[in-house]
Amino acid sequence: MMLRRPLFWMILVLAAVFAWLPQHGNNVALREDLILVAVAIILTSNLNLMIGYTGYVNFGHIVFYGLGGYVGLYLMTVRSWHLIPAALTAGVAVSLLALLFGLGILRLRGAYFALATIGVLEAVQAFVSNFESWGRSTGMYVSFESYAPLGGPKHALWSTYFLVIAVMALSLILSLGIRRSKFGLGLFAIREDEDAAIVLGVNATLYKAIIYSVSAFLPAVAGALMFFKNGMIDPSIAFEYMLSLEGIVMLMLGGQGTVAGSALGAGLYERLRSYLLTSPRLSAFHLVIAGALLLLVIRLAPGGLIGWLYRLAPRSREVIE
Amino acid sequence: MNDLLQVRGISKRFGGLQAVSDVSFNLGEGEILGLIGPNGAGKTTLFNLVNGVFKSDAGTIAFWGKDITGRSPDQVVHLGLARTHQIVRPLSGMSVLENVIVGACFGREKQSMREARTTALEVLERVGLADRANSSARALTLAGKKRLEVARALAARPKLLLLDEVLAGLNPTEIGQMISLILSIRDGGVSVFMIEHVMQAIMNLSDRIVVLNLGRKIAEAPPAEVVKNADVVEAYLGFPDIVDKLRGAQ
Repeated sequence: MMLRRPLFWMILVLAAVFAWLPQHGNNVALREDLILVAVAIILTSNLNLMIGYTGYVNFGHIVFYGLGGYVGLYLMTVRSWHLIPAALTAGVAVSLLALLFGLGILRLRGAYFALATIGVLEAVQAFVSNFESWGRSTGMYVSFESYAPLGGPKHALWSTYFLVIAVMALSLILSLGIRRSKFGLGLFAIREDEDAAIVLGVNATLYKAIIYSVSAFLPAVAGALMFFKNGMIDPSIAFEYMLSLEGIVMLMLGGQGTVAGSALGAGLYERLRSYLLTSPRLSAFHLVIAGALLLLVIRLAPGGLIGWLYRLAPRSREVIE
Repeated sequence: MNDLLQVRGISKRFGGLQAVSDVSFNLGEGEILGLIGPNGAGKTTLFNLVNGVFKSDAGTIAFWGKDITGRSPDQVVHLGLARTHQIVRPLSGMSVLENVIVGACFGREKQSMREARTTALEVLERVGLADRANSSARALTLAGKKRLEVARALAARPKLLLLDEVLAGLNPTEIGQMISLILSIRDGGVSVFMIEHVMQAIMNLSDRIVVLNLGRKIAEAPPAEVVKNADVVEAYLGFPDIVDKLRGAQ
Protein backbone atom coordinates (compact mmCIF):
# COMPACT_ATOMS: atom_id res chain seq x y z
CA MET A 1 0.00 0.00 0.00
CA MET A 2 2.62 2.50 1.15
CA LEU A 3 4.85 1.73 -1.84
CA ARG A 4 2.12 2.85 -4.23
CA ARG A 5 1.79 6.28 -2.69
CA PRO A 6 3.80 8.96 -4.50
CA LEU A 7 4.32 11.00 -1.36
CA PHE A 8 6.15 8.09 0.27
CA TRP A 9 8.78 8.22 -2.46
CA MET A 10 8.91 12.01 -2.32
CA ILE A 11 9.72 11.76 1.39
CA LEU A 12 12.59 9.37 0.69
CA VAL A 13 13.91 11.64 -2.05
CA LEU A 14 13.67 14.65 0.27
CA ALA A 15 15.62 12.78 2.96
CA ALA A 16 18.24 11.65 0.44
CA VAL A 17 18.70 15.19 -0.86
CA PHE A 18 19.02 16.53 2.68
CA ALA A 19 21.61 13.88 3.48
CA TRP A 20 23.61 14.36 0.30
CA LEU A 21 23.65 18.15 -0.25
CA PRO A 22 25.85 19.34 2.64
CA GLN A 23 28.35 16.49 2.22
CA HIS A 24 29.10 17.92 -1.16
CA GLY A 25 32.16 20.08 -0.48
CA ASN A 26 31.76 19.54 3.27
CA ASN A 27 29.36 22.48 3.53
CA VAL A 28 28.89 22.77 7.30
CA ALA A 29 26.89 26.00 7.08
CA LEU A 30 24.34 24.38 4.81
CA ARG A 31 24.19 21.39 7.14
CA GLU A 32 23.34 23.67 10.06
CA ASP A 33 20.61 25.33 8.00
CA LEU A 34 19.12 22.03 6.92
CA ILE A 35 19.18 20.49 10.38
CA LEU A 36 16.99 23.36 11.60
CA VAL A 37 14.59 22.76 8.72
CA ALA A 38 14.53 19.05 9.56
CA VAL A 39 13.76 19.74 13.22
CA ALA A 40 10.98 22.14 12.19
CA ILE A 41 9.51 19.41 9.99
CA ILE A 42 9.73 16.84 12.80
CA LEU A 43 7.97 19.12 15.29
CA THR A 44 5.33 20.31 12.83
CA SER A 45 4.42 16.93 11.37
CA ASN A 46 4.00 15.43 14.84
CA LEU A 47 2.02 18.44 15.99
CA ASN A 48 -0.16 17.85 12.93
CA LEU A 49 -1.16 14.46 14.38
CA MET A 50 -2.85 16.34 17.23
CA ILE A 51 -4.08 19.54 15.56
CA GLY A 52 -4.66 18.42 11.98
CA TYR A 53 -5.74 14.82 12.47
CA THR A 54 -7.49 14.86 15.84
CA GLY A 55 -8.58 18.49 16.15
CA TYR A 56 -6.87 19.13 19.48
CA VAL A 57 -4.67 22.24 19.64
CA ASN A 58 -1.51 21.58 21.60
CA PHE A 59 0.26 24.80 22.63
CA GLY A 60 2.83 22.87 24.64
CA HIS A 61 4.15 20.54 21.99
CA ILE A 62 7.71 21.79 22.53
CA VAL A 63 7.66 20.15 25.97
CA PHE A 64 8.26 16.76 24.31
CA TYR A 65 11.32 18.09 22.49
CA GLY A 66 12.77 19.66 25.62
CA LEU A 67 12.09 16.66 27.85
CA GLY A 68 13.59 14.36 25.23
CA GLY A 69 16.69 16.54 25.26
CA TYR A 70 16.93 16.35 29.04
CA VAL A 71 16.42 12.59 29.29
CA GLY A 72 18.87 12.01 26.43
CA LEU A 73 21.57 14.28 27.81
CA TYR A 74 21.17 12.85 31.27
CA LEU A 75 21.66 9.30 29.97
CA MET A 76 24.64 10.32 27.83
CA THR A 77 26.51 12.53 30.27
CA VAL A 78 25.66 11.13 33.70
CA ARG A 79 25.08 7.49 32.73
CA SER A 80 27.55 7.44 29.79
CA TRP A 81 25.11 5.89 27.31
CA HIS A 82 25.72 5.82 23.58
CA LEU A 83 23.78 8.45 21.58
CA ILE A 84 21.34 6.12 19.81
CA PRO A 85 20.03 4.09 22.79
CA ALA A 86 19.89 7.31 24.82
CA ALA A 87 17.79 9.06 22.17
CA LEU A 88 15.45 6.08 21.77
CA THR A 89 15.05 5.73 25.52
CA ALA A 90 14.28 9.44 25.72
CA GLY A 91 11.56 8.90 23.10
CA VAL A 92 10.00 6.01 24.99
CA ALA A 93 10.18 7.73 28.37
CA VAL A 94 8.60 10.95 27.09
CA SER A 95 5.89 9.00 25.23
CA LEU A 96 4.95 7.14 28.40
CA LEU A 97 4.84 10.39 30.34
CA ALA A 98 2.65 11.90 27.60
CA LEU A 99 0.29 8.93 27.83
CA LEU A 100 -0.08 9.63 31.53
CA PHE A 101 -0.65 13.38 30.99
CA GLY A 102 -2.95 12.63 28.07
CA LEU A 103 -5.29 10.41 30.06
CA GLY A 104 -5.70 13.35 32.44
CA ILE A 105 -5.94 16.44 30.26
CA LEU A 106 -7.64 14.88 27.22
CA ARG A 107 -10.89 14.77 29.17
CA LEU A 108 -10.97 18.48 28.41
CA ARG A 109 -12.13 19.76 25.05
CA GLY A 110 -11.55 22.76 22.82
CA ALA A 111 -10.07 25.84 24.47
CA TYR A 112 -9.87 24.09 27.85
CA PHE A 113 -7.57 21.43 26.44
CA ALA A 114 -5.45 24.08 24.73
CA LEU A 115 -5.10 25.94 28.04
CA ALA A 116 -4.17 22.73 29.84
CA THR A 117 -1.34 22.11 27.38
CA ILE A 118 0.13 25.51 28.30
CA GLY A 119 -0.17 24.38 31.92
CA VAL A 120 1.75 21.20 31.15
CA LEU A 121 4.53 23.22 29.53
CA GLU A 122 4.78 25.61 32.48
CA ALA A 123 4.63 22.82 35.04
CA VAL A 124 7.33 20.75 33.36
CA GLN A 125 9.57 23.77 32.96
CA ALA A 126 9.10 24.69 36.62
CA PHE A 127 9.84 21.13 37.67
CA VAL A 128 12.99 20.85 35.55
CA SER A 129 14.23 24.27 36.72
CA ASN A 130 14.23 22.90 40.25
CA PHE A 131 15.39 19.36 39.59
CA GLU A 132 18.80 18.79 41.17
CA SER A 133 19.85 15.83 38.98
CA TRP A 134 19.27 17.82 35.82
CA GLY A 135 21.25 20.82 36.95
CA ARG A 136 18.28 23.03 37.85
CA SER A 137 18.22 26.33 35.95
CA THR A 138 21.83 26.03 34.77
CA GLY A 139 21.09 22.79 32.93
CA MET A 140 23.56 20.20 31.72
CA TYR A 141 26.62 20.19 29.48
CA VAL A 142 27.80 17.45 27.19
CA SER A 143 31.30 16.46 28.25
CA PHE A 144 33.96 16.11 25.61
CA GLU A 145 34.25 12.36 26.24
CA SER A 146 30.64 11.86 25.15
CA TYR A 147 31.68 12.47 21.55
CA ALA A 148 34.36 9.78 21.69
CA PRO A 149 32.15 6.73 20.88
CA LEU A 150 31.05 8.51 17.70
CA GLY A 151 34.61 9.14 16.53
CA GLY A 152 35.21 12.60 17.97
CA PRO A 153 33.19 15.84 17.77
CA LYS A 154 33.51 16.43 14.04
CA HIS A 155 32.30 12.97 13.17
CA ALA A 156 29.64 13.08 15.88
CA LEU A 157 28.06 16.20 14.37
CA TRP A 158 27.70 14.52 10.99
CA SER A 159 26.29 11.34 12.56
CA THR A 160 23.79 13.41 14.50
CA TYR A 161 22.81 15.22 11.33
CA PHE A 162 22.06 11.97 9.50
CA LEU A 163 20.07 10.70 12.47
CA VAL A 164 17.97 13.87 12.54
CA ILE A 165 17.29 13.47 8.81
CA ALA A 166 16.21 9.88 9.47
CA VAL A 167 13.87 11.04 12.25
CA MET A 168 12.46 13.63 9.86
CA ALA A 169 11.72 10.96 7.25
CA LEU A 170 10.19 8.69 9.91
CA SER A 171 7.96 11.52 11.16
CA LEU A 172 6.55 12.12 7.69
CA ILE A 173 6.14 8.40 6.99
CA LEU A 174 4.38 7.97 10.35
CA SER A 175 1.91 10.73 9.43
CA LEU A 176 1.41 9.20 6.03
CA GLY A 177 0.81 5.74 7.49
CA ILE A 178 -1.73 6.95 10.05
CA ARG A 179 -3.55 9.02 7.42
CA ARG A 180 -5.06 6.07 5.58
CA SER A 181 -5.28 3.64 8.49
CA LYS A 182 -8.27 2.65 10.55
CA PHE A 183 -6.66 4.40 13.51
CA GLY A 184 -6.41 7.58 11.43
CA LEU A 185 -10.04 7.28 10.40
CA GLY A 186 -10.99 7.16 14.08
CA LEU A 187 -8.94 10.31 14.71
CA PHE A 188 -10.58 12.16 11.80
CA ALA A 189 -13.99 11.15 13.15
CA ILE A 190 -13.04 12.62 16.54
CA ARG A 191 -11.88 15.82 14.83
CA GLU A 192 -15.17 16.21 12.95
CA ASP A 193 -17.52 15.48 15.85
CA GLU A 194 -16.24 13.72 18.92
CA ASP A 195 -19.63 12.79 20.37
CA ALA A 196 -20.85 11.39 17.05
CA ALA A 197 -17.59 9.41 16.75
CA ILE A 198 -18.17 7.85 20.17
CA VAL A 199 -21.72 6.87 19.24
CA LEU A 200 -20.30 5.27 16.08
CA GLY A 201 -18.04 3.13 18.26
CA VAL A 202 -14.74 5.06 18.40
CA ASN A 203 -13.09 4.78 21.81
CA ALA A 204 -12.21 8.47 21.82
CA THR A 205 -10.50 8.56 25.22
CA LEU A 206 -8.08 5.82 24.23
CA TYR A 207 -7.47 7.14 20.72
CA LYS A 208 -6.69 10.64 21.93
CA ALA A 209 -4.32 9.38 24.62
CA ILE A 210 -2.51 7.17 22.10
CA ILE A 211 -2.07 9.91 19.50
CA TYR A 212 -0.92 12.40 22.14
CA SER A 213 1.67 9.86 23.23
CA VAL A 214 2.69 8.96 19.66
CA SER A 215 3.06 12.64 18.78
CA ALA A 216 5.59 12.90 21.63
CA PHE A 217 7.92 10.09 20.54
CA LEU A 218 9.87 11.41 17.54
CA PRO A 219 10.08 15.03 18.82
CA ALA A 220 11.63 13.64 22.01
CA VAL A 221 14.15 11.60 20.00
CA ALA A 222 14.94 14.71 17.96
CA GLY A 223 15.36 16.71 21.18
CA ALA A 224 17.91 14.23 22.48
CA LEU A 225 19.84 14.41 19.21
CA MET A 226 19.73 18.19 18.89
CA PHE A 227 20.74 19.07 22.43
CA PHE A 228 23.57 16.56 22.15
CA LYS A 229 24.65 18.34 18.99
CA ASN A 230 24.39 21.73 20.68
CA GLY A 231 26.43 20.46 23.63
CA MET A 232 24.21 21.85 26.36
CA ILE A 233 20.64 22.22 27.60
CA ASP A 234 18.88 24.50 30.08
CA PRO A 235 15.20 25.04 30.86
CA SER A 236 14.84 28.29 28.94
CA ILE A 237 16.10 26.88 25.63
CA ALA A 238 14.55 23.42 26.11
CA PHE A 239 11.03 24.70 26.72
CA GLU A 240 10.89 27.79 24.56
CA TYR A 241 7.22 28.69 24.37
CA MET A 242 7.74 30.68 21.16
CA LEU A 243 8.86 27.56 19.32
CA SER A 244 5.57 25.90 20.25
CA LEU A 245 3.64 28.81 18.81
CA GLU A 246 5.78 28.94 15.69
CA GLY A 247 5.04 25.26 15.16
CA ILE A 248 1.37 26.16 14.92
CA VAL A 249 2.14 28.96 12.45
CA MET A 250 4.14 26.52 10.29
CA LEU A 251 1.32 24.00 10.32
CA MET A 252 -1.35 26.53 9.40
CA LEU A 253 0.85 27.99 6.68
CA GLY A 254 1.44 24.63 5.01
CA GLY A 255 -2.02 23.20 5.57
CA GLN A 256 -3.12 21.37 8.71
CA GLY A 257 -4.28 17.80 8.33
CA THR A 258 -1.97 17.08 5.39
CA VAL A 259 1.47 15.46 5.48
CA ALA A 260 2.86 17.57 2.65
CA GLY A 261 1.48 20.72 4.26
CA SER A 262 3.27 20.15 7.54
CA ALA A 263 6.58 19.67 5.72
CA LEU A 264 6.10 22.58 3.32
CA GLY A 265 4.98 25.02 6.02
CA ALA A 266 7.85 24.02 8.30
CA GLY A 267 10.43 24.32 5.53
CA LEU A 268 9.24 27.70 4.26
CA TYR A 269 8.73 29.25 7.66
CA GLU A 270 12.06 28.00 9.01
CA ARG A 271 13.96 29.47 6.06
CA LEU A 272 12.10 32.76 6.42
CA ARG A 273 12.82 32.86 10.12
CA SER A 274 16.51 32.14 9.64
CA TYR A 275 16.71 34.92 7.09
CA LEU A 276 14.94 37.39 9.37
CA LEU A 277 16.96 36.44 12.45
CA THR A 278 20.28 36.91 10.67
CA SER A 279 19.28 40.03 8.79
CA PRO A 280 20.56 43.04 10.76
CA ARG A 281 17.47 45.19 10.24
CA LEU A 282 14.72 42.64 10.73
CA SER A 283 16.00 40.39 13.49
CA ALA A 284 13.68 41.82 16.13
CA PHE A 285 10.75 41.56 13.77
CA HIS A 286 10.43 37.89 13.09
CA LEU A 287 7.61 37.28 15.58
CA VAL A 288 5.68 40.23 14.22
CA ILE A 289 5.94 38.67 10.80
CA ALA A 290 4.95 35.25 12.19
CA GLY A 291 1.83 36.78 13.71
CA ALA A 292 0.92 38.63 10.53
CA LEU A 293 1.49 35.49 8.50
CA LEU A 294 -0.79 33.45 10.77
CA LEU A 295 -3.54 36.06 10.47
CA LEU A 296 -3.23 36.19 6.70
CA VAL A 297 -3.31 32.41 6.33
CA ILE A 298 -6.34 31.98 8.58
CA ARG A 299 -8.15 34.82 6.83
CA LEU A 300 -7.28 34.08 3.21
CA ALA A 301 -6.39 30.39 2.99
CA PRO A 302 -7.66 28.49 6.03
CA GLY A 303 -6.46 25.25 4.46
CA GLY A 304 -2.94 26.64 4.09
CA LEU A 305 -0.84 26.29 0.96
CA ILE A 306 -1.90 22.70 0.39
CA GLY A 307 -5.57 23.57 0.91
CA TRP A 308 -5.12 26.28 -1.70
CA LEU A 309 -3.54 23.74 -4.05
CA TYR A 310 -6.50 21.39 -3.51
CA ARG A 311 -8.86 24.17 -4.50
CA LEU A 312 -6.91 24.96 -7.65
CA ALA A 313 -6.42 21.34 -8.65
CA PRO A 314 -8.79 18.99 -6.83
CA ARG A 315 -7.12 15.91 -8.27
CA SER A 316 -3.85 16.75 -6.52
CA ARG A 317 -5.56 15.45 -3.35
CA GLU A 318 -4.75 11.88 -4.37
CA VAL A 319 -1.04 12.54 -4.79
CA ILE A 320 -0.17 15.32 -2.35
CA GLU A 321 -1.67 13.86 0.83
CA MET B 1 -40.52 -13.95 21.28
CA ASN B 2 -37.19 -13.55 23.08
CA ASP B 3 -36.43 -10.23 24.66
CA LEU B 4 -33.54 -8.45 23.02
CA LEU B 5 -33.69 -5.39 25.26
CA GLN B 6 -34.91 -5.30 28.84
CA VAL B 7 -35.15 -1.95 30.56
CA ARG B 8 -35.96 -1.96 34.27
CA GLY B 9 -36.72 1.14 36.32
CA ILE B 10 -34.31 3.61 34.70
CA SER B 11 -34.40 7.27 35.74
CA LYS B 12 -32.52 10.44 34.91
CA ARG B 13 -32.56 13.76 36.70
CA PHE B 14 -30.97 16.97 35.37
CA GLY B 15 -30.81 19.36 38.32
CA GLY B 16 -34.44 20.04 39.21
CA LEU B 17 -35.84 18.31 36.15
CA GLN B 18 -36.78 14.65 36.35
CA ALA B 19 -36.36 13.88 32.64
CA VAL B 20 -37.05 10.14 32.86
CA SER B 21 -38.48 8.42 35.90
CA ASP B 22 -38.76 4.73 36.62
CA VAL B 23 -39.31 3.54 33.05
CA SER B 24 -39.44 -0.20 32.29
CA PHE B 25 -40.20 -2.05 29.06
CA ASN B 26 -39.05 -4.96 26.91
CA LEU B 27 -38.27 -5.14 23.24
CA GLY B 28 -38.55 -8.49 21.49
CA GLU B 29 -36.27 -9.87 18.80
CA GLY B 30 -37.54 -8.85 15.37
CA GLU B 31 -39.90 -6.26 16.81
CA ILE B 32 -40.45 -2.65 15.80
CA LEU B 33 -41.17 -0.78 19.01
CA GLY B 34 -42.40 2.79 18.73
CA LEU B 35 -41.73 5.51 21.29
CA ILE B 36 -44.04 8.52 21.28
CA GLY B 37 -44.92 11.35 23.59
CA PRO B 38 -45.41 15.12 23.57
CA ASN B 39 -42.40 17.43 23.23
CA GLY B 40 -40.20 17.28 26.30
CA ALA B 41 -41.59 13.91 27.38
CA GLY B 42 -38.06 12.48 27.69
CA LYS B 43 -37.92 10.34 24.55
CA THR B 44 -34.45 11.32 23.39
CA THR B 45 -33.20 11.19 26.98
CA LEU B 46 -34.49 7.62 27.16
CA PHE B 47 -32.51 6.82 23.98
CA ASN B 48 -29.44 8.45 25.47
CA LEU B 49 -29.82 6.26 28.55
CA VAL B 50 -30.25 3.08 26.54
CA ASN B 51 -27.14 3.63 24.38
CA GLY B 52 -25.03 4.96 27.24
CA VAL B 53 -24.66 8.65 26.35
CA PHE B 54 -26.10 9.34 29.81
CA LYS B 55 -25.68 7.13 32.86
CA SER B 56 -28.95 6.14 34.46
CA ASP B 57 -29.48 7.24 38.06
CA ALA B 58 -31.17 3.92 38.88
CA GLY B 59 -32.34 0.67 37.32
CA THR B 60 -30.76 -1.73 34.83
CA ILE B 61 -30.57 -2.20 31.08
CA ALA B 62 -29.92 -5.63 29.58
CA PHE B 63 -29.22 -6.13 25.89
CA TRP B 64 -28.89 -9.48 24.12
CA GLY B 65 -28.31 -11.29 27.41
CA LYS B 66 -25.71 -8.81 28.72
CA ASP B 67 -26.04 -6.16 31.38
CA ILE B 68 -25.12 -2.91 29.64
CA THR B 69 -26.01 -0.53 32.47
CA GLY B 70 -23.38 2.18 32.69
CA ARG B 71 -21.50 1.14 29.55
CA SER B 72 -20.23 3.89 27.26
CA PRO B 73 -21.79 4.41 23.81
CA ASP B 74 -18.77 2.96 21.95
CA GLN B 75 -18.95 -0.25 24.00
CA VAL B 76 -22.68 -0.48 23.40
CA VAL B 77 -22.19 -0.26 19.61
CA HIS B 78 -19.62 -3.05 19.75
CA LEU B 79 -22.29 -5.25 21.35
CA GLY B 80 -24.70 -4.53 18.48
CA LEU B 81 -26.81 -1.56 19.52
CA ALA B 82 -26.52 1.35 17.06
CA ARG B 83 -28.43 4.62 16.85
CA THR B 84 -29.15 7.69 14.77
CA HIS B 85 -29.42 11.27 15.99
CA GLN B 86 -32.51 13.43 15.90
CA ILE B 87 -30.39 16.46 15.08
CA VAL B 88 -28.21 14.97 12.35
CA ARG B 89 -24.49 14.84 13.08
CA PRO B 90 -22.61 14.08 9.87
CA LEU B 91 -18.81 14.11 10.02
CA SER B 92 -18.93 17.15 7.78
CA GLY B 93 -15.36 17.30 6.55
CA MET B 94 -15.49 13.72 5.31
CA SER B 95 -17.19 12.17 2.30
CA VAL B 96 -20.49 10.30 2.55
CA LEU B 97 -18.64 7.03 1.95
CA GLU B 98 -16.05 7.77 4.64
CA ASN B 99 -18.81 8.51 7.13
CA VAL B 100 -20.29 5.07 6.56
CA ILE B 101 -16.85 3.41 6.61
CA VAL B 102 -16.41 4.84 10.12
CA GLY B 103 -19.65 3.09 11.12
CA ALA B 104 -18.46 -0.24 9.71
CA CYS B 105 -14.89 0.00 11.05
CA PHE B 106 -15.94 0.74 14.60
CA GLY B 107 -19.21 -1.18 14.71
CA ARG B 108 -20.06 -4.65 15.99
CA GLU B 109 -17.78 -6.49 13.57
CA LYS B 110 -14.92 -3.95 13.82
CA GLN B 111 -14.21 -4.48 10.15
CA SER B 112 -10.91 -3.77 8.45
CA MET B 113 -10.74 -0.77 6.10
CA ARG B 114 -11.12 -3.03 3.08
CA GLU B 115 -14.17 -4.91 4.42
CA ALA B 116 -15.65 -1.66 5.69
CA ARG B 117 -15.47 -0.14 2.23
CA THR B 118 -17.45 -3.04 0.76
CA THR B 119 -19.99 -2.89 3.57
CA ALA B 120 -20.32 0.88 3.21
CA LEU B 121 -20.98 0.71 -0.53
CA GLU B 122 -23.58 -2.00 0.07
CA VAL B 123 -25.35 0.00 2.77
CA LEU B 124 -25.28 3.21 0.70
CA GLU B 125 -26.93 1.32 -2.14
CA ARG B 126 -29.58 0.15 0.27
CA VAL B 127 -30.45 3.56 1.67
CA GLY B 128 -30.34 5.16 -1.76
CA LEU B 129 -27.21 7.27 -1.35
CA ALA B 130 -24.93 5.27 -3.65
CA ASP B 131 -24.73 8.09 -6.20
CA ARG B 132 -23.61 10.55 -3.49
CA ALA B 133 -20.87 8.31 -2.06
CA ASN B 134 -18.05 10.67 -2.97
CA SER B 135 -19.67 13.98 -2.21
CA SER B 136 -18.96 15.77 1.03
CA ALA B 137 -21.35 14.88 3.85
CA ARG B 138 -21.82 18.62 4.35
CA ALA B 139 -23.37 18.93 0.87
CA LEU B 140 -26.28 16.54 1.50
CA THR B 141 -29.85 17.76 1.93
CA LEU B 142 -31.59 17.13 5.25
CA ALA B 143 -33.22 14.01 3.82
CA GLY B 144 -29.79 12.87 2.63
CA LYS B 145 -28.26 13.49 6.05
CA LYS B 146 -31.03 11.48 7.72
CA ARG B 147 -30.32 8.60 5.37
CA LEU B 148 -26.64 8.95 6.12
CA GLU B 149 -27.42 8.63 9.83
CA VAL B 150 -29.28 5.40 9.12
CA ALA B 151 -26.53 4.15 6.79
CA ARG B 152 -23.79 4.72 9.36
CA ALA B 153 -25.78 2.91 12.03
CA LEU B 154 -26.58 0.02 9.68
CA ALA B 155 -22.93 -0.33 8.67
CA ALA B 156 -22.21 -1.22 12.31
CA ARG B 157 -24.20 -4.44 11.63
CA PRO B 158 -26.40 -3.96 14.70
CA LYS B 159 -28.92 -6.34 16.27
CA LEU B 160 -30.96 -3.37 17.46
CA LEU B 161 -31.27 0.01 15.81
CA LEU B 162 -32.46 3.11 17.66
CA LEU B 163 -33.99 5.59 15.22
CA ASP B 164 -34.52 9.09 16.58
CA GLU B 165 -37.06 10.90 14.38
CA VAL B 166 -35.70 9.82 11.03
CA LEU B 167 -38.91 10.96 9.31
CA ALA B 168 -39.07 14.50 10.68
CA GLY B 169 -38.56 17.14 8.01
CA LEU B 170 -38.97 14.75 5.09
CA ASN B 171 -41.50 15.20 2.30
CA PRO B 172 -44.19 12.53 1.67
CA THR B 173 -42.15 10.73 -1.03
CA GLU B 174 -39.09 10.62 1.19
CA ILE B 175 -41.21 9.40 4.11
CA GLY B 176 -42.51 6.56 1.94
CA GLN B 177 -38.97 5.55 0.99
CA MET B 178 -37.79 5.68 4.59
CA ILE B 179 -40.71 3.55 5.75
CA SER B 180 -39.92 0.82 3.24
CA LEU B 181 -36.28 1.03 4.32
CA ILE B 182 -37.23 0.55 7.97
CA LEU B 183 -39.40 -2.44 7.10
CA SER B 184 -36.59 -3.98 5.04
CA ILE B 185 -34.19 -3.46 7.96
CA ARG B 186 -36.54 -5.39 10.22
CA ASP B 187 -36.96 -8.13 7.63
CA GLY B 188 -33.17 -8.36 7.58
CA GLY B 189 -33.27 -9.50 11.21
CA VAL B 190 -32.60 -6.16 12.93
CA SER B 191 -34.98 -5.04 15.65
CA VAL B 192 -35.97 -1.38 15.67
CA PHE B 193 -36.76 1.02 18.48
CA MET B 194 -37.97 4.31 17.04
CA ILE B 195 -39.03 7.75 18.19
CA GLU B 196 -41.43 9.39 15.78
CA HIS B 197 -43.82 12.30 15.58
CA VAL B 198 -45.27 11.36 12.20
CA MET B 199 -48.25 9.54 13.71
CA GLN B 200 -49.54 7.79 10.66
CA ALA B 201 -46.13 6.28 10.01
CA ILE B 202 -45.47 5.08 13.54
CA MET B 203 -48.98 3.63 13.86
CA ASN B 204 -48.45 1.59 10.71
CA LEU B 205 -44.86 0.54 11.39
CA SER B 206 -44.84 -0.36 15.06
CA ASP B 207 -45.75 -3.73 16.51
CA ARG B 208 -46.14 -2.04 19.87
CA ILE B 209 -45.83 1.51 21.14
CA VAL B 210 -44.49 2.92 24.39
CA VAL B 211 -45.89 6.32 25.35
CA LEU B 212 -43.95 8.71 27.58
CA ASN B 213 -45.29 11.84 29.24
CA LEU B 214 -43.29 14.03 31.62
CA GLY B 215 -40.67 11.30 31.89
CA ARG B 216 -43.09 8.55 32.88
CA LYS B 217 -44.39 5.66 30.85
CA ILE B 218 -48.14 6.11 30.57
CA ALA B 219 -48.94 3.34 28.11
CA GLU B 220 -47.43 0.36 26.34
CA ALA B 221 -49.66 -1.40 23.84
CA PRO B 222 -50.22 -2.20 20.15
CA PRO B 223 -50.99 0.94 18.08
CA ALA B 224 -54.74 0.28 17.86
CA GLU B 225 -55.04 0.25 21.65
CA VAL B 226 -52.72 3.17 22.27
CA VAL B 227 -54.91 5.61 20.30
CA LYS B 228 -57.88 4.70 22.47
CA ASN B 229 -56.00 5.00 25.75
CA ALA B 230 -57.49 7.87 27.75
CA ASP B 231 -54.16 8.84 29.37
CA VAL B 232 -52.47 9.08 25.98
CA VAL B 233 -55.22 11.23 24.52
CA GLU B 234 -55.10 13.50 27.54
CA ALA B 235 -51.31 13.80 27.33
CA TYR B 236 -51.52 14.92 23.73
CA LEU B 237 -54.70 16.93 23.65
CA GLY B 238 -55.44 17.85 27.22
CA PHE B 239 -59.03 16.51 27.43
CA PRO B 240 -59.62 12.92 28.48
CA ASP B 241 -63.02 12.72 26.78
CA ILE B 242 -62.09 14.47 23.54
CA VAL B 243 -62.26 11.26 21.55
CA ASP B 244 -65.88 10.76 22.50
CA LYS B 245 -66.70 14.41 21.87
CA LEU B 246 -65.13 14.23 18.41
CA ARG B 247 -67.03 11.05 17.65
CA GLY B 248 -70.26 12.71 18.80
CA ALA B 249 -69.62 15.66 16.51
CA GLN B 250 -69.23 13.51 13.42
